[in-house]
Amino acid sequence: MTRQPVRFYQVGSFAVGNRLLNDEDRTVQSSPNRTNSIDSGHRACQGCGEVLGARYALDAAMRATNGQLVAVNATGCLEVFSTPYPETSWRIAWLHSLFGNAPAVATGVAAAMRVKGKSEVRVVAQAGDGGTVDIGFGCLSGMFERNDDVLFICYDNEGYMNTGVQRSGATPPAARTATTVAAGPEPGNVFGQGKDLPRIAMAHDIPYVATATVADLHDLEQKVERAMEIHGARYLHVLVPCPLGWGSASDETIHIARLAKETGLFPVFAAEHGRVTSVSPIRHRTPVEEYLKLQRRYAHLFGSSPRPDIVARLQEIADENIARYGLVTEEAGESVASEVRT
Amino acid sequence: METPFAITLNAGTSRANHTGSWRTERPLYVDRLPPCNNACPAGEDIQGWLYEAESGNYEAAWRKLVVDNPFPAIMGRICFHPCETACNRVQVDDAVGINAVERFLGDLALEHGWSLPVVTLDTGKRILVVGAGPAGLSAAYHLRRLGHQVRLVDSAEQLGGMMRYGIPAYRLPRVTLDAEIARVVDLGVEVELGHAVLDVEAERRAGNFDAVFLAVGAQIGKRVDIPAGDSSKVIDAVSFLHQVAEGDPPLLGRRVAVYGGGDTALDAARTARRLGATDAVIVYRRNRERMPAHGEELEQALGEGVTMRWLSTVDRFEGGRLVLETMRLNEQGFPEPTGEFEELDADALLLALGQDTDLSLLKTASDVVVNDGVVQVQASMMTGEDGVFAGGDAVPADRTATVAVGHGKRAAHGIDAYVMGTALESVPKHELATFEKLNTWYYSDAPRTERPELERIRRQTNFEEVVGGLTEENALFEARRCLSCGNCFECDNCFGVCPDNAVIKLGPGLRYEFDFDFCKGCGICVKECPCGAITMVPEII
Ligand SMILES: Cc1cc2nc3c(=O)[nH]c(=O)nc-3n(C[C@H](O)[C@H](O)[C@H](O)COP(=O)(O)OP(=O)(O)OC[C@H]3O[C@@H](n4cnc5c(N)ncnc54)[C@H](O)[C@@H]3O)c2cc1C
Ligand SMILES: Cc1ncc(C[n+]2csc(CCOP(=O)(O)OP(=O)(O)O)c2C)c(N)n1
Ligand code: SF4
Ligand code: SF4
Ligand code: SF4
Ligand SMILES: [Mg+2]
Repeated sequence: MTRQPVRFYQVGSFAVGNRLLNDEDRTVQSSPNRTNSIDSGHRACQGCGEVLGARYALDAAMRATNGQLVAVNATGCLEVFSTPYPETSWRIAWLHSLFGNAPAVATGVAAAMRVKGKSEVRVVAQAGDGGTVDIGFGCLSGMFERNDDVLFICYDNEGYMNTGVQRSGATPPAARTATTVAAGPEPGNVFGQGKDLPRIAMAHDIPYVATATVADLHDLEQKVERAMEIHGARYLHVLVPCPLGWGSASDETIHIARLAKETGLFPVFAAEHGRVTSVSPIRHRTPVEEYLKLQRRYAHLFGSSPRPDIVARLQEIADENIARYGLVTEEAGESVASEVRT
Repeated sequence: METPFAITLNAGTSRANHTGSWRTERPLYVDRLPPCNNACPAGEDIQGWLYEAESGNYEAAWRKLVVDNPFPAIMGRICFHPCETACNRVQVDDAVGINAVERFLGDLALEHGWSLPVVTLDTGKRILVVGAGPAGLSAAYHLRRLGHQVRLVDSAEQLGGMMRYGIPAYRLPRVTLDAEIARVVDLGVEVELGHAVLDVEAERRAGNFDAVFLAVGAQIGKRVDIPAGDSSKVIDAVSFLHQVAEGDPPLLGRRVAVYGGGDTALDAARTARRLGATDAVIVYRRNRERMPAHGEELEQALGEGVTMRWLSTVDRFEGGRLVLETMRLNEQGFPEPTGEFEELDADALLLALGQDTDLSLLKTASDVVVNDGVVQVQASMMTGEDGVFAGGDAVPADRTATVAVGHGKRAAHGIDAYVMGTALESVPKHELATFEKLNTWYYSDAPRTERPELERIRRQTNFEEVVGGLTEENALFEARRCLSCGNCFECDNCFGVCPDNAVIKLGPGLRYEFDFDFCKGCGICVKECPCGAITMVPEII
C-alpha cells in the first residue's frame, strides 16, 4: 500500500478515525466491523499494551487476507490471558504449542496449507520478547534463513512478564526487573547486553523487517498490510508497554509508547531485503527523562539519590539511534530547539 | 459434543468473563465548555458551528450561529473576538481564525439569501424596544423568535446605532450592515424611525406595552475644557463620525489632531485621512502598551499614515497650533505632567475621550437606578423598575457591539420570562475545557490563515473595505484547525485504543458508549481523547 497523501483533516492521520474521511481512508480499528481478533473478557491487566498491539496487528492482517489467516502463538502473557480453559478470546484460527517453538510451528502450518492447496491462507506467528529473542530465537533464525512464508510478530514488553517480570534479552539497560534489582553501583539491567532483534532479522536478508509501537496505529496497520503483500519470512517488532512490569499508570500505555519513539529510544522504521526503506521521524524531540520518569522500573535513577550519569548513558543510546536511522528530519530539527524541555 | 479431528475441547468465549468487575473508576463521556464559547459575549456556540463548517455544511453552521447572533457578517468584521484570545489553539500555534470563518459564513448567507427561521408563535405580548443599535436589534430578533410583538423605535433616520453612525464604512460596508439588519426586520419587527422617546413611562403606557427594553447606547461624546481660540475647530469624534456617516462631513482642514487612545480615536483619524487630511495625528497621554485601542486596529491606522504622539496631553489650542504637555508614566503606570511643552500645527482637534449616556427619557421611571451614568440591571437585564429592561452601552459592561448583542439576547429571555410569568431558567455551564484536558498530539500542525488586506495606497482615499474575506478553501482549513475542545468530534480514538473492546461505536453523529461489562477502567480512552470529552469518575460500589 502506498501511503495516502494526507490532506488536512483536523486530526490528519494521527487519530484512529476521522469523521471527515472516507471509510477506505480510515484505519481498520476505526471500523465497527473490525474483526476484534481478540475479544472482550480477556484477563490482560488494565491498560495492557500487548493485547492492544495484538488486536491492532491481527485485525489488520485479517483485513489484508480477507480473513484467511492462521495465528500461531508462543507461550507468554498473550496466550495465558486470552485462553484459560474453558474460555478463549480468539475469534480467529489460533494455535498454541510451546514457549520456544512458535516459528517452527508456523512454518509447519504454512507448509501444511501449501500441501493442501490452500495458498490463500496466510500464517502469522506471535510471541513475546522472551519467546522471540531468547528461547524461540533458534527456531526463528531458521525460519528466516529458510525464508518460510510466515509473518512473525514480536510483542516487545521488554521482559518475561507472564512469569513475574524477569529480565529478557530485550530488557533495556538500567531497567529494574525481578532478576536485575535496583541495587549497587550499576542498578538494574546492565549496559552492553541484550539483542537488537530487528537488526539481527535484517542481517538474514529477509524480504521485510519493521518496527512499530501501539502509539502509531496508522503506521502499524500500514506495516502489517505491507507485510501481507509479501511472501517469505517477514518480521514485525512492536513495542507494547506493560503497566505491571514497567510500573506505569494504566492510562499511560500509549503515551509511553509514543515517548519511546519521540525520545529515539525505540526507532520506528521499515526495511526490505536488509535495507532500511523508511523511518518514522521524531515529531517533537523529547529528552529520555520524560520517558523514564513515568516508569517505576527506572525510579532508582531519580528521587533522593538520582543517577544523572545513567540517564545520560540512556540519552546516548537514544542519540545513537537518532543518528543511525536519521530520526530527526530538518523540520523536526528546527522544532527541537523550541520543544526540548530540560 | 461432536468436535473436529484432534480437537478435544470446545472452547467457550471469554465474554463470559465480565472484567468490568475489576473497575474502581469508570470513564464517562462529557461535554465541556470550550473556552471560545465561554469568552463570546454574544454566547455563540462557536465550537458547535465550526464543527458543522468543518464538514463543509456551511448552511448548517450558519443556522447554528444565528441561533445566538443574527449578525455574523457584521460580527465577522467588527467584533474584537475575545473568543480568539481565549482559544486553546493559541497554546499550540495560533488561535483559530474564528472571526474570519464567522464572516465567511455571514457573507455566504447573504450571497445565497439564506433567511432566518419564520416566526410561527404569537404570544400576543407587545414589547417596546428603544434604540436600534446592536442591543436593540438583537433583542428585537430574539423577542420575535420567542413569539412576541416588537416595536422598535429610534431617533435616528436609519437602523444600526453606532454600527452605522460610529463604525466607519471601510470597516463595515453599509451593504452588509443593511442586509443583516433587513433580515431581522423581515421577521415582522415594527420599526419607527426619527422618533425620539422623551419619557419612557408615558410611551409604555400609551402603547400598552407589556415590557420595555432600553438600548439607547451612549451617544454623547465626552468633552474636556481645553482653552481654545474662537477660530479653533474642536469637534467630538462621535459627532464627527456621525456626520460622516450621514454623508455630511465637516470641513477639518489638512492637519487634524485626535485626542484619545481608544478605537474611536483611531477611527476618527483614519476617517480624517480618507477625507483628505495630510496629517492625522493621535495625541495620547500614555504609551502604546497602555493604549485601550486594539492592536490590529492600531497597525492598520499606522499603515494608513496615521501618526502618534505618545505621552502627551493637550494643554491649549490656539491659532492653528496645539500646545501639548509631555507626560511621564509613574510606577503605577499613570501619566504625570512633566512641565515640558511642545507644539503641533493643527487645523482641527477631534475629541475621542469616551461617551456619556443621555438617560433623560427615564425622568419619570423613578425605580430605575442610575449609577455613574449607567443603568443598573439584574442578571435578567431588568432594571429596578418592573418590566423595564436595559442593555448595551447604557449599562455597566464593556462597550462593544458584541456585548450589546449578548445583552439583547439575555434581555429577550428575561423579558420573555417576565411577560409569560415563568421562571428564567439558568442552564448550568459545563466545566471549562481547559488546555490541560486536551491531548494535542493528535492534531495536525497547521498555521493560521490570515485575511488579505487592501493595499495601503487604496486605503488613503476611499472608504473601501480594508480587510478582505477568506476563500472557501481557507475558511474550511481554518474551521478544521479547531480542536473541538471538550466536545466529541468522532475521531474514533476511544473506540480504537481500548484494550478491552469496551467502547461501542454508535454510528455517525451518534457518538459512542461504554460497555461496562468489560471496561476495566484503565483510563486510556480518557488520556487519548484529543479533545477532553471523556472523564474518569469513581466507581460506585
Ligand atoms: C467609533 C466607534 C467605533 C466602534 N467600533 C467598534 C467595533 O469595532 N467593534 C465593536 O464591537 N464595537 C465598536 N464600537 C462600540 C459599539 O458600536 C457599541 O458598543 C454598540 O453599538 C452599543 O450598542 P447599543 O445598542 O447599546 O447602542 P448604540 O449602538 O449606540 O444604539 C443606540 C441607539 O439608540 C438610539 N437612541 C438613543 N436615545 C434614544 C431615544 N431617547 N429615543 C430613541 N432612540 C434613541 C440611538 O439613536 C441609537 O441608534 C464602536 C463605537 C464607536 C463609537
Ligand atoms: C520452556 C518453558 N520455559 C519456561 C516457561 C515459563 N514461561 C511461560 S511464559 C514465560 C515468559 C514469557 O515472556 P515473553 O515471551 O516476553 O512474553 P510476555 O509474557 O512478556 O508477553 C515463561 C518464562 C515455559 N512456559 N516454557
Ligand atoms: S480550538 Fe476550537 S473549540 Fe477550542 S477554543 Fe479554539 S475555536 Fe474553541
Ligand atoms: S480504555 Fe476501555 S477499559 Fe480502559 S477505561 Fe476506557 S473503556 Fe474502560
Ligand atoms: S476519543 Fe474521539 S471519539 Fe472518543 S470521545 Fe474523544 S473525540 Fe470523541
Ligand atoms: Mg515479554
